[in-house]
Amino acid sequence: MERDDLIEYSLDKHHSEEEGKKIRSKILKVTILLTLITVVEVALGAFIKQSADIWMYVKWTFIVLTLLKAGYIVMVFMHLGDEKKWMRNVILIPYALFIAYLIFIALWEALAVGDAWSSVAA
Amino acid sequence: MAGKTTQLDSKTLWGGKESPFQTSYGKLMMWFFLVSDALTFSGLLVAYGFVRHDTLGAWPIGEETFNSLPGLGHGYPLIYVALMTFILIVSSVTMVLAVEAGHRMDKKGVVKWMIATVIGGFFFLGSQVWEWSHFIHGSEFGRIELSDGSEAIVKGHFGEIESFTVVEAGLHHKKGDVVKEDLMHTFQHAAENGDIKAGGLIHLHDGSVAKIKKAHDHDMELTIKYTGSNSKRKIGDKISGKEAGKQYYASLYSGTPKVTYGAKWFEDGEHWLPTKNEYGPQQYAHFFFFITGFHGFHVFSGVMINILILFGAMKGTYHKRGHYEMVEKTGLYWHFVDLVWVFVFTFFYLV
Repeated sequence: MERDDLIEYSLDKHHSEEEGKKIRSKILKVTILLTLITVVEVALGAFIKQSADIWMYVKWTFIVLTLLKAGYIVMVFMHLGDEKKWMRNVILIPYALFIAYLIFIALWEALAVGDAWSSVAA
Repeated sequence: MAGKTTQLDSKTLWGGKESPFQTSYGKLMMWFFLVSDALTFSGLLVAYGFVRHDTLGAWPIGEETFNSLPGLGHGYPLIYVALMTFILIVSSVTMVLAVEAGHRMDKKGVVKWMIATVIGGFFFLGSQVWEWSHFIHGSEFGRIELSDGSEAIVKGHFGEIESFTVVEAGLHHKKGDVVKEDLMHTFQHAAENGDIKAGGLIHLHDGSVAKIKKAHDHDMELTIKYTGSNSKRKIGDKISGKEAGKQYYASLYSGTPKVTYGAKWFEDGEHWLPTKNEYGPQQYAHFFFFITGFHGFHVFSGVMINILILFGAMKGTYHKRGHYEMVEKTGLYWHFVDLVWVFVFTFFYLV
């Protein structure tokens, strides 16, 4: 029996040569951006010592730049930016909430464990 | 009959036809798989963060641990990993170009970019092999315990060993023999066992004693990573100049030196995890191998899947189907592998 409830969405997702050109130039721009971010990260890591006073800021710069890179990869390369809004939310929100919680609880606990160790050592 | 019936039609209810996300089942499931895989990797990285935060003392610093290039030696902090990152980004780009070509039903384009993606994947895997091998073998100086019980890592240029000239005969070697093979390995092995003595004499396996001919070391600098209980030194202290070489070799020639090269896998045949490494705490090597290994396994399976899809595209399977969604789905997986590396790069190598 022919099923009428299956829809081939991919058949409607084709694009023309002109649209392709636009997409390709966007890909090129994102590539350059990702490369530049990596170069900046390596330069910061190689030239600023971890003992330096500004290391705390460098660390946060790394984290922000990493999230920026991840955002471009997910939104542009993985086309999540082109999907329906709620598909995006269903994927990103549960993940983000859970991981934010995990990072908070694990690192907080780790500091407490570290304190406990150092009081044993002292 | 009381009450009223509500008219249900496809305008008020989802009739089961058009999906709310307007995406195929396969793509959606690939996304859900990636979310679960992302949770796994996040768990690993958070566990790494936990151990790093609760460990007392010095955690290895990325730019000190990873500062070599193949064939060029030391002094290139993070350049090699940056190169690996770049390779993976580029292969992600060629993948997205393959997907774009698929949307134009350009079979040739898809095949071309898929080939490029597969090559990029193999390049990354090859780089990782070198990276692992280098991590396992370690630096030429190793990590050394100084006379006051503190431990230091060593930077600088290790003078090349040219030969061992036998001065006291043993089982195999006669007096006057010149050994020219496997020098570095023999040297490090002897160093670990305390078989290198003052004056540059090495005791070989067969009981012979040889004189080491070795070029001078340059620019040696010791960085204290662990302080003994009686040591006045602090973590991060540096010893450079002539004093560095003096301290290093005094310890190496002491007869009971504690020197560690790279990551040692097991000492007693019971431990199958790295039991010690020259970089820092044991867990550092555990996490290095597990996280980069798990990611490398993803890259490997990604390359295999990409090859299958490449064959499918070459055969024209997807062209006949009318769309290149399979390329898109594997593309999602491949980009995810790149995405994970971006985080590994930051949290393992940079921060």
